[in-house]
Amino acid sequence: MKERGIFNKYNAFWLATILVIFGLLFGLIAAGVINQVYLTVLMGIGINIILAVSLNLIIGLTGQFSLGHAGFMCIGAYAAGVVMKNVSSSVGGVLLGMLIGILISVVVGLLVAGPTLRLRGDYLAIATLGFGEIIRIVILNMNITNGAAGMVLQKVVDWPLIYIMVVLTLVVILNFGRSAPGRACLAIREDEVAAEAMGINTTKYKIMAFVLGAVFASVAGSLYAGCYYVIKPDMFTFNKSIEILVLVVFGGMGSITGSVIAAIVIGFINIFLQSFSDIRMIVYGLALVCIMIFRPGGLLGTKEFSYSALYKKLTSKGASK
Amino acid sequence: MVQFLQQIVNGLSLGSIYALIALGYTMVYGIIKLINFAHGDIYMLGAYVGFICTVQLGLGFFPALIIAMVTCAIIGVVIEKIAYKPLRNATRIAALITAIGVSYFLEASTQKIMGTSAHSFPDVLGTQTFNVLGVVISMKQIIIFVVTILLMLLLQYVVQKTKIGRAMRAVSVDADAAQLMGVNVNATISYTFAIGSALAGAAGVLVGIYYNTVSPLMGLVPGIKAFIAAVFGGIGIIPGAMFGGFFIGIVETLVTGYGSSLYKDAVVYIILIIILIVKPAGLLGKNVKEKV
Amino acid sequence: MSLLQANNLTRIFGGLAAVSDVSLEINENELIGLIGPNGAGKTTLFNLLTGVYEPSAGTIELNVNGKMKSIGGMAPYAITKLGMARTFQNIRLFKNLTVLDNVKIAMSKNIKYGALTAILRLPKYYEEEAKIDKLAWDLLEVVHLTEKGNELAKNLPYGEQRRLEIARALATEPKILFLDEPAAGMNPQETKDLTVLIRRLQKQFGLTIILIEHDMSLVMSLCERIYVLDYGKCIASGNPEEIRNNPRVIEAYLGEGAEC
Repeated sequence: MKERGIFNKYNAFWLATILVIFGLLFGLIAAGVINQVYLTVLMGIGINIILAVSLNLIIGLTGQFSLGHAGFMCIGAYAAGVVMKNVSSSVGGVLLGMLIGILISVVVGLLVAGPTLRLRGDYLAIATLGFGEIIRIVILNMNITNGAAGMVLQKVVDWPLIYIMVVLTLVVILNFGRSAPGRACLAIREDEVAAEAMGINTTKYKIMAFVLGAVFASVAGSLYAGCYYVIKPDMFTFNKSIEILVLVVFGGMGSITGSVIAAIVIGFINIFLQSFSDIRMIVYGLALVCIMIFRPGGLLGTKEFSYSALYKKLTSKGASK
Repeated sequence: MVQFLQQIVNGLSLGSIYALIALGYTMVYGIIKLINFAHGDIYMLGAYVGFICTVQLGLGFFPALIIAMVTCAIIGVVIEKIAYKPLRNATRIAALITAIGVSYFLEASTQKIMGTSAHSFPDVLGTQTFNVLGVVISMKQIIIFVVTILLMLLLQYVVQKTKIGRAMRAVSVDADAAQLMGVNVNATISYTFAIGSALAGAAGVLVGIYYNTVSPLMGLVPGIKAFIAAVFGGIGIIPGAMFGGFFIGIVETLVTGYGSSLYKDAVVYIILIIILIVKPAGLLGKNVKEKV
Repeated sequence: MSLLQANNLTRIFGGLAAVSDVSLEINENELIGLIGPNGAGKTTLFNLLTGVYEPSAGTIELNVNGKMKSIGGMAPYAITKLGMARTFQNIRLFKNLTVLDNVKIAMSKNIKYGALTAILRLPKYYEEEAKIDKLAWDLLEVVHLTEKGNELAKNLPYGEQRRLEIARALATEPKILFLDEPAAGMNPQETKDLTVLIRRLQKQFGLTIILIEHDMSLVMSLCERIYVLDYGKCIASGNPEEIRNNPRVIEAYLGEGAEC
């Protein structure tokens, strides 16, 4: 039970996990086991993890149903795209664009969150959908973004940067989730009236979760612009929001671990469905319906993997028998 | 002035279509509190049925309209039975996600069967136009408007004067109480889906004729706009949906006519957000607070 | 000076006055009962006092550090921070969270770190979390739920859920505790234990308690003063003896066959 601040054994386990996966990826890529095609898939999975986890913060942890996530991804993508085109087509350019995207997303996020988060459930979903589309239409009509034709960019982002960003996103969102503000968000999800009665400023925490989620969606967008050559406004319609939603629902609303697993699993399934892209959408649709009917909690429900829980499980089993 | 009147005429025919779709949204929401996200796709299917009837079977406008309405009614009921009924006691979010899934499924299946590209719809109503004081009104616009008004009158009659209509109103107020009073709730919900989907099917045929084109994703944006129309008028309220539909249609044509067509969608979304913030129950609705 | 004072409170729902012209005065360390037939407006009065509803007319004043502060129409969370906490008639726990987390969530007044500290896992986070953890376990001990700390709230039996609601309300460190039908659905033994618990809590935490209850034996044995509502109006107030013998109360509420 003795925990000495940040230097406890669980955090050491986590650090080790991060390094081992990095080493593994590095080795496999160096050895040529992961070729360029698979690497591109992996990078897509990384970006999807960031998107799914950040949407899960809003939907799963805080219970606020947003369908506007693609709008924030669009902001990040275009911020990076514009900087790459006009300032520097390099990793530095992407990072600068990412920073600008984050700032814009915070401002837009606050503008969207203030009025809409007073709405509940399905009304909120439609309002955020509307905002997401407005963001996209504004970007579509700007000169600097080259309108509907989109922007052709160079690939400057490599996998280590995406890996670092994925880890950063997970650390921030998990740490947020397991803290007093995170518990406040969970309370809002469970029962807004009761949360308010227990002294929680529900508006403040809803906005906090929404803006934090928007920021990471924007980060994912910037990374996307840095490694996929082309960005166009019609890549960020609310269909994209729904694609992210599928990941969250599949993994389990409220489980960050679930979102990560869902992004990986669906990423690999997509490789196999690549040659039947028309069937892919049919399968997505059926999957959503079936999950909701037969397993509404998704893969993991609200369960979360943690070393401390694993440790407790192992030790208690050893002690009882 | 002539241009303004012309936009109003165009707006009324576009608004008729939104109103027909909005009615389905509003009826379903009124009765089971579900935003039937797939409703726009039912309308798309209606357009395709109309297309097949006129092009491949060589039928006229009215037979095509009737067949599309019946087909859509059946599809609507089947969707309700398979996808929504198991979730009747789930959260509204779960139901909404299911509806999104159904929508995806319908779009993708249509793309698979009919191809992803648009088909052009034949001019079954001719291209005759009338000139009234400089305002050009086409035969198509008149028929769309007249058909819409007739269907709305029919709907009002069904809801207000028939036994099914009374059951629908009872279920929308309190499903449990209606059940105890002997109303067959499941059948009533099926009827609601059937009527709403039939109206969407009619809208699909009308829009196919109006724009001379059908495509698998055509239901997406009009579906959302019709939903906005329903919210604007007060979701769950039938006259509200009619009013909202005409309003959104006219606003859209005015923005296109006087501003930029690129911003017409944005304006509609902004109207939605304003109405949700200022009067979330809609223009004709009443606010209901959660009981603590 | 009184602790909580409500003057001429009125709340109208669509033309119907659920609470009309009710005045209350509550002193420190009192145990007050609020009774009345179903639909008399008791819960609405609670909702007005705790900020869930805004009063249509009238004022609510709370003694904050010796000064009377008007709290009518303030947001519920702000009122809670001033020292008023409540339980709900139709139990509203955070069902899918652990018993311990239910209590911790209510401690926001006590938490002195923000989101950034949490994300960066600064030493302050660990200090504060350790402190909160201890406080939360202590509170669970008070309501005898220590063994259930790591279970999900929804898995507790009914009586324990009611106790958890009380613990959660206590975690906000209230001066005044509002209990909305705390004994509803309990058997006589559980009700007896609850009576003991409420009295103990009042002493231990120096609380002022206002409770709505239909169980007359609990109200009569526990409360020092009682207010009686009927059709939204306050028809009587006084000590249990006075209420028991008040003809208007007998007529409106207890009826003819009252055996108390």
